[in-house]
Amino acid sequence: MELYELTVHELIDKLEKGETTSEEITKSYFDRIKEKDGQVKAYVSTMEEQAIAKAKQIDSDRKAGKKLSKFAGIPIGIKDNMCITGTCTTCSSKMLENFVAPYDAMVIEKLNAEDMIYLGKMNMDEFAMGSSTENSAFFPTHNPWDLSRVPGGSSGGSAAAVASDMAPWTLGSDTGGSIRQPASLCGVVGLKPTYGMVSRFGLVAFASSLDQIGPITKDVTDSALLLNLIAGHDERDTTSIETPKKDYTKSLINDVKGMKIGVPKEYLGEGTSAEVKEAMFKVIKKYQELGATVEECSLDIGQYASAVYYILACAEASSNLGRFDGIRYGYRTENCENLKDIYKNSRSEGFGAEVKRRIILGTYVLSSGYYDAYYKKAQKVRTIIKKAYNELFEKYDLLLTPVSPTTAFKMSEKLSDPLQMYLADICTVPVNIGGLPGMSIPCDVDSEGLPIGFQLIAKPFAEETIFRAAYTYEQNTNFREEHRPTFKGGEQ
Amino acid sequence: MPKEDYEIVIGLEVHCELSTKTKIFCSCSTEFGGEPNTHCCPICMAMPGTLPVLNEKVVEYAVKAGLATNCKIAQNSKNDRKNYFYPDLPKAYQISQYDMPLCYDGYVNIETEEGEKTIRLERIHIEEDAGKLNHDDYGRGTFVDLNRAGVPLIECVSKPDLRSKEEVDAYLRKLKSIFEYIEISDCKMQEGSLRADVNVSVRKKGATEFGTRTEMKNMNSFRSISRAIEYEANRQIEVLENGGEITQETLRWDDISGKTFSMRDKEDAQDYRYFPDPDLVAIRLSDEYIENIKNSLPELPESRKKRYLEEYKLIPKAANFVTSSKYYSDLFEEAIAICKNPKTASNLLMSEVARILNEREEEPDQIPFSGKELGELVELIDKGTISSSISKKVLEELFENPKSPSKIIEEKGWIQISDEGAIKEVVSKILEANPQSVADFKAGKDRALGFLVGQAMKETKGKANPQMLNQLFLEELKK
Repeated sequence: MELYELTVHELIDKLEKGETTSEEITKSYFDRIKEKDGQVKAYVSTMEEQAIAKAKQIDSDRKAGKKLSKFAGIPIGIKDNMCITGTCTTCSSKMLENFVAPYDAMVIEKLNAEDMIYLGKMNMDEFAMGSSTENSAFFPTHNPWDLSRVPGGSSGGSAAAVASDMAPWTLGSDTGGSIRQPASLCGVVGLKPTYGMVSRFGLVAFASSLDQIGPITKDVTDSALLLNLIAGHDERDTTSIETPKKDYTKSLINDVKGMKIGVPKEYLGEGTSAEVKEAMFKVIKKYQELGATVEECSLDIGQYASAVYYILACAEASSNLGRFDGIRYGYRTENCENLKDIYKNSRSEGFGAEVKRRIILGTYVLSSGYYDAYYKKAQKVRTIIKKAYNELFEKYDLLLTPVSPTTAFKMSEKLSDPLQMYLADICTVPVNIGGLPGMSIPCDVDSEGLPIGFQLIAKPFAEETIFRAAYTYEQNTNFREEHRPTFKGGEQ
Repeated sequence: MPKEDYEIVIGLEVHCELSTKTKIFCSCSTEFGGEPNTHCCPICMAMPGTLPVLNEKVVEYAVKAGLATNCKIAQNSKNDRKNYFYPDLPKAYQISQYDMPLCYDGYVNIETEEGEKTIRLERIHIEEDAGKLNHDDYGRGTFVDLNRAGVPLIECVSKPDLRSKEEVDAYLRKLKSIFEYIEISDCKMQEGSLRADVNVSVRKKGATEFGTRTEMKNMNSFRSISRAIEYEANRQIEVLENGGEITQETLRWDDISGKTFSMRDKEDAQDYRYFPDPDLVAIRLSDEYIENIKNSLPELPESRKKRYLEEYKLIPKAANFVTSSKYYSDLFEEAIAICKNPKTASNLLMSEVARILNEREEEPDQIPFSGKELGELVELIDKGTISSSISKKVLEELFENPKSPSKIIEEKGWIQISDEGAIKEVVSKILEANPQSVADFKAGKDRALGFLVGQAMKETKGKANPQMLNQLFLEELKK
């Protein structure tokens, strides 16, 4: 087995046993990137030179017996909306093509403290707006299971890189499904933590009340390891919540006996493909065999989640993206004679179509005369959705739904129909509205060999319950052993 | 219809920079001055991914302001975004408070010619200041300086209770003095740390409806505010008298031409799209927190005034004047601790110091000397070392070159002549030179004595002890 095929906990084992070095591991990823990224296009930029220099340094420190974190020298890929000092943070936008951040995101500070190594920055839908990574201003990312299909989005680069072994794990961000949906479409594990669990400082904001950083990994164990590293209150993000430090690997217990799982029937209705439904029923059966109680339940109000989401997320985005005005940094038009031109033309030329669409939508719903009908009403419905979740979690430990109503769709299939694209998030968006943790776990492939994921949702800060159930499922099934990306559908 | 038949209605939005050490949402210095863009960081420059963290001192200061102006304090409050594009506003939104201000329903009392009047405060809220645009003198363009971006402000919105420029002046001075007393702002209008948006309308006396108002933004001197109100009220009356209508609009006051100009047309009417800032958690204040701040408030002007009337037996006019500014009041208290003469100390402040400030077009916070110098000066008068006319000159010198008054009079040779022999000599000289006045006095014209004393003072450049001079003249004349 090649080094790049291993999970992080396997790599750590090997490092601890002295069977490999950080340099070997890092080089194996860059070799793999050179081999595959021409087809997949998961990376916006790579950081080979500094990565290998850092790996060598760590190896010599380790050899010298210096006390190092067990994650020292482990590589990682970072979605290109998180700032790393001195490197470009583009958000896959022309607007920030040359923006070099003079500071680290909080998550990066935490990874730096472990001496982890950055492989590069991962492609995404521009400013995290999209479900296919086709909205990148630079190039679309391809799904390694079928290169003619999308990897999902917006963290499509992060998911595709892990699926194609071009990174052992990556960080993504999730506003309405941007970690879980691409993880599902790429057959990897993606976790959106509870809102407030991970600091958003240094994450370029899309929708502040929904954005959350989370791990995309090859298995559930790695997900717990990475969450351990990035979780925690940060005084620079007042929306991050002070909770006792937890070790999520303690929840990796192969036992779901007595656990109560609810399956909201609305997510297995007509919008969901037959193959996805069938896969869900298999997962349900598996959990029942393993001793969990699985019951049908209802989240009727969930049908309004997408409407609420697109109002609130666009409203916040329209304001959050105002700072990209061509004045202090980022793209500035050549074509200007006055201040109005600078604003108008810099933003017209610097933003892509989907970003502009959402800024316009968001500006509209906040406008005087429309605020009450849209923004305020959406906030009220948001409260009702949260309440409905609370009620369900009085009865159930977890909710189980599909992640995506379909498997990976063809590239450009939905690009011209934004509403169809928005429906790709229908199962994931309600979780962000509720501020809940949700995980995408691969469970099956469809008749075309495309991965299917299921989603586990828990009440706020009950990630432990998710880890336990996901780990149990993983230990009693063989997705990773049985299914690997084929890189079919390429042009050659 | 004559001007007198109209009533002027004025409401003020006063912006006051808080004197916290750091900005409202980051840890940059709030210090005034400094090279452009040296007091800023990724947060106040609105770099992508940065987040605001509310400075707790700002809340504390605003609550102080609220309590000192008899406001109710909201236990639940929040920050909102006010969205608009301008190069001095890096985030393209100002974090302010929209529908849930920190303080509301307050009032302050002002002295008017008709006696005390209550001016109601609608609200006080917290917000961040914007940066500054510097227009290059050589036509190379406009430069953005973000040192001021994120400096904390409170905005105090009055009800339209003010009826004249005099009331506005008294109200502003009252607010300024309260904020100085509670030490939440240095209130330096010349540095822009106290500015006002002035809303003016006129209506016929006795009318119950308000007229259409216009707003003049960012006014930062008492004088301009008075002039602008006068100009704008007259302009509105003239428009109405000529059968026209007032347009609700924002005006710019031009201090040089003394006129107001329209700033924006209707097409550009701003829609600020206020909404709660999702980056900041709601502000929740406990009863205990508010109570603690209440207990920590220093003595306010009203209470000082009462004390001055009772303890120091100042006349009401003097007590009002001295407490009108914390700077006067502190100077006064420091001075009387030395000289034990409240009457002379308050008189010097009220007459001479105020006059000199007025001539210099300065405010009390710009007084360059301390109460120690003032106290010493009063002592010198009391001991007869200098005359009161010399004390005026000493004060003027103190403004120019602040140091110990005894040093000043020594250096300038202003010590009062109290030597009987020397004064006798002057008296003889003056009597000899003015026989007519001597004759007048003897014929019963008492005023002639004043003339002679004046001549003697002139001769001694004001240094002769006036009591002695009087006495010796009388002695000589009655011989």
